[in-house]
Amino acid sequence: MSETALRTVDVSCVFEVSQGFMKGTKPLRAVNGVSLNIPKGRVVGLVGESGCGKSTMANILLGLQKPTSGDVMSGDSLYYGQQTGYLDRKKIARRIQPIFQDPYSSLNPTKTIHSIVCLPLRIHNIGDPSKWDKKVYDILDLVGLPKRVAQSYPSQMSGGQRQRVAIARALIMKPEVVICDEPTSALDVSVQSQILNLLQDLRQELGLTYLLISHNLAVVEHMADRVAVMYLGRIVEEADANTLFDDPRHPYTKALLGSVLTPDPSLGVPDTHLGTVFPNPIDPPSGCSFHPRCSECMDICSKKAPKPSVEGGRMIECHRYQTNEAEVA
Amino acid sequence: MSGDNILEVQNLKVDIPVTAGMLHPVRGVSFTVARGETLCIVGESGCGKSLTSLALMGLLPKTAIRTADRMDFLGQDIRDFKERRMAALRGVKMAMIFQEPMTSLNPAYTIGNQLMEVYRRHISKNGSEARARAIFLLEKVGISAAASRLSQYPHQLSGGLRQRVMIAMSLMCGPDLIIADEPTTALDVTIQAQILHLLAELQDEFEMGMILITHDLGVVARVADQVQVMYAGTTVEEGPCQAVFDNPLHPYTAGLLRCIPVPGKAKRGSKLGSVPGIVPNLVGDLQGCMFRNRCAHASSICETLSGEPTRIDDGHAFTCRLTPEEAAKTAAVQGVA
Amino acid sequence: MTDASPSSQPSLRIAEEILEPSPMAKLRRRIFKNYSFLIGAFILVLIVSIALLAPVLEASGWIQDPYAQDLSKRLNNPFWHEKKFDADHILGTDKVGRDYLSRLVYGAQISLLIGFSTMIISGFIGTVLGVSAGYFGGRIDMVVNFIINTRLAMPVFLVAMAAVVAFGASLLVVIMVLGLFLWDRFAVVMRSITMQARDLDYVKAARALGCSTPYIIVREIFPNVLSSLTVVATVEMANAILLEAALSFLGFGVQAPTPSWGLMLNEGREYMFFSAWLLALPGGCLFLLVLAINLFGDGLRDVALERER
Repeated sequence: MSETALRTVDVSCVFEVSQGFMKGTKPLRAVNGVSLNIPKGRVVGLVGESGCGKSTMANILLGLQKPTSGDVMSGDSLYYGQQTGYLDRKKIARRIQPIFQDPYSSLNPTKTIHSIVCLPLRIHNIGDPSKWDKKVYDILDLVGLPKRVAQSYPSQMSGGQRQRVAIARALIMKPEVVICDEPTSALDVSVQSQILNLLQDLRQELGLTYLLISHNLAVVEHMADRVAVMYLGRIVEEADANTLFDDPRHPYTKALLGSVLTPDPSLGVPDTHLGTVFPNPIDPPSGCSFHPRCSECMDICSKKAPKPSVEGGRMIECHRYQTNEAEVA
Repeated sequence: MSGDNILEVQNLKVDIPVTAGMLHPVRGVSFTVARGETLCIVGESGCGKSLTSLALMGLLPKTAIRTADRMDFLGQDIRDFKERRMAALRGVKMAMIFQEPMTSLNPAYTIGNQLMEVYRRHISKNGSEARARAIFLLEKVGISAAASRLSQYPHQLSGGLRQRVMIAMSLMCGPDLIIADEPTTALDVTIQAQILHLLAELQDEFEMGMILITHDLGVVARVADQVQVMYAGTTVEEGPCQAVFDNPLHPYTAGLLRCIPVPGKAKRGSKLGSVPGIVPNLVGDLQGCMFRNRCAHASSICETLSGEPTRIDDGHAFTCRLTPEEAAKTAAVQGVA
Repeated sequence: MTDASPSSQPSLRIAEEILEPSPMAKLRRRIFKNYSFLIGAFILVLIVSIALLAPVLEASGWIQDPYAQDLSKRLNNPFWHEKKFDADHILGTDKVGRDYLSRLVYGAQISLLIGFSTMIISGFIGTVLGVSAGYFGGRIDMVVNFIINTRLAMPVFLVAMAAVVAFGASLLVVIMVLGLFLWDRFAVVMRSITMQARDLDYVKAARALGCSTPYIIVREIFPNVLSSLTVVATVEMANAILLEAALSFLGFGVQAPTPSWGLMLNEGREYMFFSAWLLALPGGCLFLLVLAINLFGDGLRDVALERER
């Protein structure tokens, strides 16, 4: 097992959500005790539906989520054993960089591509300013953009080209970990595959570590070595990609996998057997937060929250598998 | 069979004057939809699929010019329908479901109000009848405690529920044709599967025709009977779903299919196929095959290609200079590579 | 037949390249299509250059000293009258025999000076308040909102008159009072636009790069709110010019003998029925200037804000 580049230990992030005028606030547990290991040089996929807290996780890892008034953040996010919460933001920035979902809002429309890609070098004052130009052109070349785009503005480019610029900006400082938050969801199919291929190539060339956050299981399946499935602020199942996709255990993972629509006309539309109720994250269900939608729900599920059980590099949080383990133990 | 066709469209064109000249976003699209049949129009952004649906419903922007050789809906020629008659048709015989359930419901009115409004305006003024119909349909689309939901406002529902309400609303007047423009794009994967399932079920039960517009080949494969692949305003390939997916003939269709990672088929970490280049500009005089600048099989013939589709069998057709045999061979070769 | 080279048709071959013209080129193209912007800009440039060149024009004898009285030539008619017209004073003279043309030209100076300085002062205050409220949100936003509401509860005109009474009437007092009072629209607009910009991913990306907050506000957000700022600025400038004229007309603004259009209207009031041009000329100038600024601002909005779409 390789060295751990980035990991979180039991992080939580609670937002105080206003309930309306004069009604006070209620806590929203966006992230609720998540421990995640990202080994060096690997791709970890983080999967879940919207509102499950995966973007908040990205912010915590990037050091962007700070405990503000009313919000509580606990636990540790560690970069090679150093807590990112206490690291200087600039130090985190040199090592951990994000790629965002929407290439239309992630580039400042008033700046040229050159100035956008060069910004990290200027902020961190890396190397000799006279060599910045060369560095910018090198990285543009690496992500497959011709030199002449440097003087253009983002509004002149297509979605795919913009996403390449965003990747160039993230990589120009040679970071170690790249947090890709839905890097292809806003792109067309043919462009999506180009960006995924590019990310693969860059990882091999530069030895990068990725955290790939996505709701698209097919993409995660294709890219990731290890996958964590998140539901309402908790990781409910985590395993190596092969194990998880070959033998999903948690009912939610099964439902997610079942909902992937492969382009195979001989199969119909799958029935996921998930209820139509989507739980309110401000007022989560008792016990296991998934039980109202679960097709394998048992009595205990609504009463007691399951504990994570680890078995051969695979973590799962479900009563079904806990009992088995208890018997084994 | 043509008696069973709800909608017949031939050579539909949309032109929009812009500052740089005339934009041709839809350049001669033809299709038919039979009762109980699902037609999927698939393509990437900018291929004209959404404008095609808006043209059908007469909801194009004011400056746009719509022409067609034929546009028959339920046996009526709707090409020259004035706004009033189109409005009477929309929502009653021809219902639509949009991408954003968030914005297509009016936040100021209760769900019951909005559901019953359509019915009362078009079918019957009887309030209790409308109410009964609304409750019946909410239950049909899988919403529990339907009667109490009627007094809720859209913001009190999750995205998936809102889309269910939208579907119920489109069914209020018993339409013959449903036009769904990216109905599941804004939803989570598990909800997407549920909504598609629901749509298919309802379509069977009420024997409606459906036009589903999407960019997601996975969705197409699972729900379509007939498929139209659009590129740069034209249909590049059409045919029965099974035939198109099993035997994609147009280089664009084949290319698109190679772009998506398929769990279990493509090896993890292997290179995905891609279609290099970007969609051409559709302003001005356009000639030949518009895909030629991105096509690995382009030759000088493509510059003057007429755009007549090559028909094979049972409706499978594609528009390319390649013969069906050549096309099948190239698609297969690249599929392996 | 797998000819891998792309087709040779030029219009299609450059598809991979950047087809869109640069934002600047588009801006230029839009400017030359926007007639209201062009007309407004033309009149504005004309008035501003005449106002700026007033001393030069005076020195070279084109216009006369606006303060020089000549009681023998009181209320001379302008050139379109045959009677009582003097070729030295093309637009006639006022009740103490001062050249009306040069007073109008110097009046433009005063109007523009007041409009411009007010715009700068109030623009600065409003932008600082609005951008900080929009960017930081929370408590700061609450405080700024309270200040904005307090300001909106005060009637500008009455407070301005009170201030003039308290501090004495002068150009400086008028500028300060208007500048300290007309920032509300700047603050409101800047606040909402900054709020939108703050949540965009490029701001998040800059934060993830370790940029400092001042850097993000000044270099990342400010350029994106600049176009809205200029649009508000033109509207407020026109507003300030009208307010100054009104204050001067009522005697609470610029004091005689300074040539101000509002003051000239006031002085011409008694001759309204006999020499209407005494009112019509400064009134017309005021109208023309404010119209030009508004046309310019309207055009600017169409031209500049379209860039964001």
